[in-house]
Amino acid sequence: EIHIKEPIEKEVNPHLLPGELLLCEASTVYKYIQEDGSNRGTYGKLVCTNFKIAFLDDDSASDDNEPQFKNKIVGENDITLQCVDQIYGVYDEKKKLLTGQLRKYPEKLIIYCKDLRVFHFCLRYTKEEEVKRIVSGIVHHSQTPKLLKRLFLFSYASAAPNNTDGRNQTVMFDTLEDWRDELERTKGNVKYKAVTTNEGYRVSEKLPLYFVVPICVSEESILKYEGRGIPIWCWSCHNGAALLKMSAFPKEQDDSTSQMQKAFLDGIYKTISKPPYELLKTDDLSSSLPSLQDIQTAYTRFKQLFLIDNSTDFWVTDVKWFSLLESTNWLEIIRRVLKKAIEVAEYLERQHTNVLLIEETATDLCCVISSLVQVMMDSYSRTKSGFQSLIQKEWAPVFLLLLNCVWQLVQQYPPAFEFTETYLTVLSDSLYVPIFSTFFFNSQHQKDTNTSGESLKTQSGPFRFLTVWDWSVQFDPKAQAFLNNPLYAEKPKPDKSQRKTARFKHQRQLSLPLTQTKPSMKRGFFREETDHLIKNILGKRIGKFINSSDEPPNSFREFYDSWHSKPVDYHGLLLPRIDGPEIKVWAQRYLRWIPEAQLHGGGTIATAAKILDLMEEVQSLQVKMDEEHSQAVSGGVHSVPLLRNSARLSSLFPFALLQRQSIKPALPTSTWKDLEDEDDLVKRDDEFVDLSGDMS
Amino acid sequence: MASSSTPKYNSNSLESSSSKRTLKDGTNWEQNEEIPRLPGETRVTDKDVIYMCPFNGPVKGRLYITNYRLYLRSVENDPVVVLNVPLGVISRIEKMGGASSRGENSYGLDITCKDMRNLRFALKQEGHSRRDIFEVLTKYAFPQSHNLLFFAFANEEKFSENGWMVYNPMSEYRRQGLPNERWRVTFINEHYGLCDTYPSLLVVPYNATDDDIKKVAAFRSRNRIPVLSWIHPETQAVIMRCSQPLVGMSGKRNKDDERYLDIIREANGQISKLTIYDARPNVNAVANKATGGGYEGEDAYPNAELFFLDIHNIHVMRESLKKLKDIVYPNVEESHWLSSLESTHWLEHIKLVLTGAIQVADKVSSGRTSVLVHCSDGWDRTAQLTSLAMLMLDSYYRTIEGFEVLVQKEWISFGHKFASRIGHGDKNHADADRSPIFLQFIDCVWQMSKQFPTAFEFNEQFLITVLDHLYSCRFGTFLYNSESVREKEKVTEKTLSLWSLINSDKPKYTNPFYTKELNRALYPVASMRHLELWVNYYIRWNPRIRQQQPNPVEQRYMELLALRDDYMRRLEELQITNNSKISNSSASSASPSQMMSQVQTHF
Repeated sequence: EIHIKEPIEKEVNPHLLPGELLLCEASTVYKYIQEDGSNRGTYGKLVCTNFKIAFLDDDSASDDNEPQFKNKIVGENDITLQCVDQIYGVYDEKKKLLTGQLRKYPEKLIIYCKDLRVFHFCLRYTKEEEVKRIVSGIVHHSQTPKLLKRLFLFSYASAAPNNTDGRNQTVMFDTLEDWRDELERTKGNVKYKAVTTNEGYRVSEKLPLYFVVPICVSEESILKYEGRGIPIWCWSCHNGAALLKMSAFPKEQDDSTSQMQKAFLDGIYKTISKPPYELLKTDDLSSSLPSLQDIQTAYTRFKQLFLIDNSTDFWVTDVKWFSLLESTNWLEIIRRVLKKAIEVAEYLERQHTNVLLIEETATDLCCVISSLVQVMMDSYSRTKSGFQSLIQKEWAPVFLLLLNCVWQLVQQYPPAFEFTETYLTVLSDSLYVPIFSTFFFNSQHQKDTNTSGESLKTQSGPFRFLTVWDWSVQFDPKAQAFLNNPLYAEKPKPDKSQRKTARFKHQRQLSLPLTQTKPSMKRGFFREETDHLIKNILGKRIGKFINSSDEPPNSFREFYDSWHSKPVDYHGLLLPRIDGPEIKVWAQRYLRWIPEAQLHGGGTIATAAKILDLMEEVQSLQVKMDEEHSQAVSGGVHSVPLLRNSARLSSLFPFALLQRQSIKPALPTSTWKDLEDEDDLVKRDDEFVDLSGDMS
Repeated sequence: MASSSTPKYNSNSLESSSSKRTLKDGTNWEQNEEIPRLPGETRVTDKDVIYMCPFNGPVKGRLYITNYRLYLRSVENDPVVVLNVPLGVISRIEKMGGASSRGENSYGLDITCKDMRNLRFALKQEGHSRRDIFEVLTKYAFPQSHNLLFFAFANEEKFSENGWMVYNPMSEYRRQGLPNERWRVTFINEHYGLCDTYPSLLVVPYNATDDDIKKVAAFRSRNRIPVLSWIHPETQAVIMRCSQPLVGMSGKRNKDDERYLDIIREANGQISKLTIYDARPNVNAVANKATGGGYEGEDAYPNAELFFLDIHNIHVMRESLKKLKDIVYPNVEESHWLSSLESTHWLEHIKLVLTGAIQVADKVSSGRTSVLVHCSDGWDRTAQLTSLAMLMLDSYYRTIEGFEVLVQKEWISFGHKFASRIGHGDKNHADADRSPIFLQFIDCVWQMSKQFPTAFEFNEQFLITVLDHLYSCRFGTFLYNSESVREKEKVTEKTLSLWSLINSDKPKYTNPFYTKELNRALYPVASMRHLELWVNYYIRWNPRIRQQQPNPVEQRYMELLALRDDYMRRLEELQITNNSKISNSSASSASPSQMMSQVQTHF
């Protein structure tokens, strides 16, 4: 439980978390309500702490209608410093990006958030001194020192009383045991072993403390190149085929070095291509997928489309919406990543080969693909604890990309997931809440060294950080209900016991029996192919895999079509549909704060609410029946609670809380553009009848 | 009707599976017959062909032709590939290749359909084998061009419900609270003497005499005078529909028309101006003056305000759909999907139509102002706008029967030219009169139902079925251009109504999530962020794109509903037992918790 300090004065004060310090504040700040074009808003105090920027409504009487879905850490008008994306100042109606030192102070402040909220603060009525302090404070604390933002994690961890352990059933993969259990769960333990070689980060600071390699790989080889060139196990498929990843050698200028590396890789490939190991396919992701830079650029453009200042903005961009979307390339990246994951699944599932993903560091796209493949192939990863464990296991910094891809699967196959899209949305928001260590460090090493307290020269000893998986930190049980999918087609579970056994309940299910595995390929193919895989990548789809010449050209398509022609088994293999119309914008995450996009009484929440209501009704009937059974005589003492009033929710539910009273329809304001190319048609009339004759 | 090969794909109303004896479309299939047949359907010919399936490649099969359908069954494939296509959907039949054509499967027939697909059959070149099949197909697909009757006149199906009884104009106006002291019913058009494209029964202002109306008719294109479509139960503001005024180049005026519009305005007791929505783009309205049409000028109508809604004409819509077909059939654009979709402008047109209807509805509802809607003739864009606005304002039209009434009233009775727009049984596939106006309307309805999944009693299947029979010619519902022609052809006596089929099997077309809400205006968001391509209709022939059927969310809900009903029944039983137990205690039945766990595993 989070302890919240008592307000010092009676007047509005920010709710401060343990370790949170008020840095600066300004009063009579006017916050615009985004709902319409008008200048409506409320006055209040704008504060900046070492954790967040917060707007405190002077008229806080509105507390009586407590929202159903409330975040306990980050309020409606709170912006964590990490969540700030861009800050603009408005000077004489002109927007200017604010960075660093300011000479002039703006009359309006616009804060764009990473969770897509947009705040407009008017400072015209605020004392000049306070304007200076708050603006420079906000700009400074949110932009300049990364360190400060990080520090809050520590100040919180040391100040917060007794954190709950909060691990639930999430496997953290920070012990040898966890990896061994995972090997056992996936029956990978015959050919793969968990190693302790990296204890004390002897091998590399980039690798986790414990990881899994093929049994035949020696400790010596792991140490030789700091873990580079070593296939690291991610997951084993039911047929024994495994998904592996490997950190590639950097391009060497020196010939002899590269010769040595080549020989080393040769040796490795030789060992793991021999029985009992399956045939090996390698895929160099740095050339078969867009670069991290491309992904970053695409996302930056994409996100910008949803940071909307006002209604005019919304409708102007609406005219060319599809081409705008396409020009960001973000959906195309999602499509390519999903396609890659299907390709990998096909190799594992149908061709029965091991797949080795290669990337410079093996920590970015490798993790995205590997996670997706596991979500698609291992139904345990589609449960909440399984998904959380997966994230702990793969530790992918390109996390938003992964979540966007998983969302595509969630919306295509709702019954296959234990969690909802709301879960994914709040998970993405949690990236910017620096009280959780989950997404805070770049590697386990970084986390470990920081946690030990050494870097901070404090005496307080090891910190105990919160994990985001303890959802009770952010949400009440009532709000947490929104994270659970009522449509989830749960597998029958004989008994629910403690964590460990529960994990083993999730034995893999066989995926669909597909067509027979292909005749085996020749082994030891890699003799000639070594460290310069990057250059050898062929252009075509299947060609991205080495060995492509052996492949029937339509093997991917065949696999995809054959799977899609059968009924879906929600506990088996799950392949996303990736044709153009199937890849969609994650509307909940990206449109949730935009009033123009609100459907009053509509959206998917409308059906979801009906399902929840009905489930409640069924449950209450069940209670009633139990009562009838037990107390056969008393007869209707106790009436079942009536249905929750789910009257008319907005499609933005449970996120934006708009108080739009009138339900005026949103009308496009921007006009139709010309259809130049069809001009003659446009000018024609529906009928070619001259009406003038009728007139006489 | 499907080109697909597995039962999973059988998600469309006209499809059938080879294994079932009673087909989805209600056809009975006698054990001893090779193909399904409707009562009244007769076999004409059959032939061995190769069906050039764009998804699965060439399929050897036997092609059967009846007076209603084209039916193909594969002979070698497993599972069997079946095509079941009503001849009514065919818009064009072409011969491909000649007797001397080289190359495999290059000789045969190419069939263009109205429902977003093409069919290609290869035939043997020997002995002009395709000549008779071409002739038979042409004859039965285009009966109008061969002096033959539509299949609807031969159809002998029996249904438990009579769809012709669904719409009775008098009772529909009564439902709206009409006539009242301000609006009256007139029979001036009883024998279509005033306007041959309007229904016989019309609602006009109480204060306008039949003589006034006759004078107004002279000033409205094709005599389509302003008449009432809908009245708001609270504000008493009305939606009127008509055609353009015959203003012409010289800017003619007509006192009677001007006065009539003022009477309409006053009927609502409103002081503010009457709002006129001209569905056309401004320039087109101006251009219409050259042919004698035009719009209500400010000078002549000082008590009215006029807005143009910028909806394009039937030709633009036709081209747009053509472009859409290009990007979805047979293959879907993969990587530039969004910009390809945008370049068809299809969704932009949808957006404009919806935007226009929202404006109309909002003006009547929150603006408390009567509106007059017209385009050029008032049977295409006008029908779209009035019917969509009515759908937004009146929840009755969101029920299955209410929607049937809406279509029957605003489209069929008010003379949307179905025959010309669809080209039923007409071989002139390139006729400039063809346009997917009604399809566009159904698409708008689908967009609304997608945005408000609990607001409509009918489901997607209902809309698809309506569209399928828009073309099939199995029912008389959409045949001919106007009530006057339909009366002459005795459509209600000699044919069946589509609503008979639907109303006899309502559960199939019912949305389980439907929540009845009275008097709630329903405004869709006409933004590209929410509009999407209706994949389950436009891309339904592509086996790769199909959505899961049945919809898992819907399925789960149905299971819960069944569970609830079961519990309620059991609970009632328990209570009865327990009540009797008070007098004589006895043993109890199965534990409910046990039942619940069983059910859970089921999900």
